[in-house]
Amino acid sequence: MNAHARAIRTRAELALADVFASASPSLPGDAATAELRAAAFERFAAAGLPHARVEAWRYTDLRRLMPEARQLAGLPDAAAKARGIQAGALFAGRGFRKLLIVDGCFVPELSDLSDLGDGLSVQPMREALASDGFERVQRLGLVAADDPLLSLNTALAADGIIVAISPRAAIDRPIHLAFVTSGDPATAVFVRSLVVIGDGARATIVETHEGPDGSGYQVNSVLQMVVGDRAAVEHIKVTGEGDAALHIGTLLANIGSNASVREFGFTTGGAVVRNQLFVHLAGEDTIASLHGASLLARRQHADTTLTVDHAAPGSQSREIFKSVVDDEARAVFQGKITVRQDAQKTDAKMMARGLLLSDAAEVDCKPELEIFADDVQCGHGSTTGALDDELKFYLMARGIPEKQAEALLIQAFVGEVIEPIGNDGVREALLEAMTAWLDGRS
Amino acid sequence: MTALLEIRDLRAEIDGRKILNGLDLRVNKGEVHAIMGPNGAGKSTLSYVLAGKPGYEVTGGEARFGGEDLFAMEADERAAKGLFLAFQYPLEIPGVATLTFLRTALNAQRKKRGEEELSSPEVLKRVRDLAKQLSIDPEMLRRPLNVGFSGGEKKRNETLQMTLLEPKLCVLDETDSGLDIDALKIVADGVNRLRSEQRGMVVITHYQRLLDYIVPDVVHVLSAGRIVRTGGKELARELEATGYAQYQNEAA
Repeated sequence: MNAHARAIRTRAELALADVFASASPSLPGDAATAELRAAAFERFAAAGLPHARVEAWRYTDLRRLMPEARQLAGLPDAAAKARGIQAGALFAGRGFRKLLIVDGCFVPELSDLSDLGDGLSVQPMREALASDGFERVQRLGLVAADDPLLSLNTALAADGIIVAISPRAAIDRPIHLAFVTSGDPATAVFVRSLVVIGDGARATIVETHEGPDGSGYQVNSVLQMVVGDRAAVEHIKVTGEGDAALHIGTLLANIGSNASVREFGFTTGGAVVRNQLFVHLAGEDTIASLHGASLLARRQHADTTLTVDHAAPGSQSREIFKSVVDDEARAVFQGKITVRQDAQKTDAKMMARGLLLSDAAEVDCKPELEIFADDVQCGHGSTTGALDDELKFYLMARGIPEKQAEALLIQAFVGEVIEPIGNDGVREALLEAMTAWLDGRS
Repeated sequence: MTALLEIRDLRAEIDGRKILNGLDLRVNKGEVHAIMGPNGAGKSTLSYVLAGKPGYEVTGGEARFGGEDLFAMEADERAAKGLFLAFQYPLEIPGVATLTFLRTALNAQRKKRGEEELSSPEVLKRVRDLAKQLSIDPEMLRRPLNVGFSGGEKKRNETLQMTLLEPKLCVLDETDSGLDIDALKIVADGVNRLRSEQRGMVVITHYQRLLDYIVPDVVHVLSAGRIVRTGGKELARELEATGYAQYQNEAA
């Protein structure tokens, strides 16, 4: 790693070193955990903030986009917690089980922990780290990935939530992980969560991430998700951060055999957003759909970088990602499908589509296939363009005003990835969120 | 009496090509006008210019619709005022359900006219009744607009829209193209039901066949972007016999 050592550190990198030095003595965990954190920080420090010459971060140059590193958020006070009551309004009133995480800290007293039953258990990450240590918690997560921002999270995350669903449990109420950052003053939040879904279990997990506009707070959120054999899971992440916020999200998912997984990422908020997904299809004959949509305006920058690793035979994955970009915003999609030598009969298709609503908007797509097996069906494609004027004219010729005609076409474009969502409440909420975004345009 | 549509010396071009070269046309309420002409005469251009399609530049003349300057209005305003263009090639719009489209269009027009918007069940009822009249499978209404519809289904869908939206002036652009005789009859019956003292129609067609079913009051021959001859319905039969050759010479 010495080759990566760099003499000159950016101001943000120096600040992060200070943050780690002052925070590490009080972070939860035993001596082994402290060592693990120190090693993780060393890995981060050796690589530094990723920049344009780091291929995985090619379009999201954090050295440029993250000039400052904020101080760590403290434990949320009563006022910060109270703000969390309103958090996740998108899914409110739909009977979801809301679990609240404020400034990276799980807040049990404002979370719905009623009638958990035998199938569901919830634990603060802080408690698990203190009693079991990071290594054990991390081992539960199974997936390892080499990424400097993931390392930084490992070094600094103090809390978050652990949700475990027992084998064969069918959890009908969607579980809503509502992450909110109080953002006054602008701080940095490192939060680590773990969702374990047992063999044959069913669940819908939604995550919302939000905070106040006008605050340059920074969130680094990692979710480790373990999906057992024959489990059926929908996981939806809504990144709706405040308009000046930086959000780095990492999903590490390990999926067993004969499972059915629907992953959906919906990004409308934040000034700079990076959602990176490392999905490991460990078992045979699993069906995974990994979809997403970003609706961006002003000068927003949102990067979704997805790695799907087909490690076992016979699985199917479908990646469809849609970007709608207005004003001077920029959407990035990088998708890589790896098919390992043993993963014969893999069927994987990836499609990235961008819709540009202004001349200054930008969409960057980089789909990749890396195939080591010889009996597979794989493909990828990418298209980006403006709204179709012919279609718009057809709608207008029927009396539909221009903005409304555009909205219908945009809804149709994004609808392709929202409509397949199985849970009615989640689908309806996302369609409403899309409508709200479109209303905000006109 | 103010004409429903009054076009004077209309000149229009696309990409610098002059297509309409001084076209005059007057359509009153209750009248059905047929516009016939050879390929390239400007028939479709006329329909697009009237409906307000971007890319068609009006370089001279005027068109008044119910006394108002048509070209001062956006395409959606023209529609709300009662102009309807039945497309020669109706577009497919994936992801927009036919019924959603119909409800959105109907209510957008009503809103613009200051009328109360209709509830979804009310729209559904109206649409279902019309679908039945036009032998449209109700299942089609749930499908994305025109996606996977046959040529005949698309034209019936255009006729359904036209009936639902109750326009003052219907412009039918080559409605017969791509239709077999059964589909043609269904569409023509639908159009004939719309004939009324309060409504005008401009039926644009290359072939006389359509005019056996939608019998016009007036027939015009369009050639090289101008009306070169006007007559009664017998003119259509004459054209069927003689073809357009003489008009192409005349225009050249």
